[in-house]
Amino acid sequence: MSKITVVDYGVGNLLSVTRALAECGAEVTLSGDPQHIAAAPAIVLPGVGAFGDCMIELERRGLVEPLKAYLRSDRPALGICVGMQILLEIGEEFGEHAGLGIIRGRVRAIPNTRTDGIPHKIPHIGWSEIYPPPGRCWENTILAPVRPGSCCYFVHSFTAEPADPGNRLADCDYDGRTVCAAVDLGAVSGVQFHPEKSGVVGLAILNRFLDMTDAASS
Amino acid sequence: MANVRLIARLDIKGPNLIKGVHLEGLRVIGDPNDRAREYYDAGIDEIVYMDIVASLYNRNSLADIVERTARHIFIPITVGGGIRTIEDVARLLRSGADKVAINTAAIRRPELISEVATRFGSQCMVLSIEAKSSGPATWEAFTDNGREHTGRDAVGWAQEGVARGAGEILLTSIDREGTRRGLDIDLIRAVSRVVSVPVIASGGMGSIDHLIAAVKEGCADAVAMADILHYRRVPLAEIRAGARAAGLPVRAA
Repeated sequence: MSKITVVDYGVGNLLSVTRALAECGAEVTLSGDPQHIAAAPAIVLPGVGAFGDCMIELERRGLVEPLKAYLRSDRPALGICVGMQILLEIGEEFGEHAGLGIIRGRVRAIPNTRTDGIPHKIPHIGWSEIYPPPGRCWENTILAPVRPGSCCYFVHSFTAEPADPGNRLADCDYDGRTVCAAVDLGAVSGVQFHPEKSGVVGLAILNRFLDMTDAASS
Repeated sequence: MANVRLIARLDIKGPNLIKGVHLEGLRVIGDPNDRAREYYDAGIDEIVYMDIVASLYNRNSLADIVERTARHIFIPITVGGGIRTIEDVARLLRSGADKVAINTAAIRRPELISEVATRFGSQCMVLSIEAKSSGPATWEAFTDNGREHTGRDAVGWAQEGVARGAGEILLTSIDREGTRRGLDIDLIRAVSRVVSVPVIASGGMGSIDHLIAAVKEGCADAVAMADILHYRRVPLAEIRAGARAAGLPVRAA
């Protein structure tokens, strides 16, 4: 059974993600303890609210350095929503804030107009189709079980812009604006959408993450 | 816009799923958990639970239902009815709700909107507005299932709510609710054009054409359905296919 540590740093509601992982057969531990996280075989990093607030909470709990060390250790990690965004170097929500910086690039506001200049709704809330960016393939990634064009559930106003297009794992289109839906670098992946709220597609992604975790630890 | 969300709205009284007309004359439909599961399996995009008598009796019986539903359903769940305090919100989120819908308590103390948004994020704070026509192109916001006047203009209240931090508007037309006569397009459009956040249109959907009109003419971002699903008048797959055939963006479930 996959042992997954969900990083609990007082941000957001961890119930849904915990239940979804358990539904997929994981043995889930919630922890905000730096030593436990440093020793975990696999982590899920959730996040909700503002980029800077999430980093402040990690800082307060002494988790920034242990998480950076973990993310460089080639062990499986999955960031979700703002937990994905803080994998990048800098977030621009309410001023500039340093992230965990494992993936080069910034997190910027989704433009508040469509490409034709007409205002659109922000946040981007709802089910959007995800696709591999040009030249990318989902084989051997957490999205391996997903058919391109499948929908996932998004709630966000900011979007990751990895400096290296090779770190873009999935995109979605929001009124002509390309929004980064997933990133990856080695064993570290991040999804902007909520797999725990994306029905059978989301559960398939979490299952795949557990399979990759099992493969990494065996 | 993102894909139009097709939302199942389940009004709750005690342990039962109920349905009324104009939010009154309630009939018991069945077990809310069974129906939520059925709609989830059929590919619904989101579930809304409203405890529609909670604010009348100052109680909140929803947490148990939400707790059971959220164990097996992995789509967004919004819960409303009788929420008064930050503690009420925290309790529902702990039960498995992703968002809360607040009407009466926000009218009484609008600061609650900002408090919930600040503490749990705007994405969590859905402002529920029950609107009734009060003249040509004007609507008044009501509380307690359309019984209590607030004296507030529904469109202005929506704007204020968003300015205070509401992340979505659940807009229910009391005039149309339970009538199957179609959603109130003018109301939906009036609100949708002045707020920057998504508007969930609720009340009156009796056919696929009503859904199409609410989105195309009313600019609704999502439509909450009750009667049409609860009485099994049109299967969800047919609603989805009809919406797609009319050119509405909906997800391929």
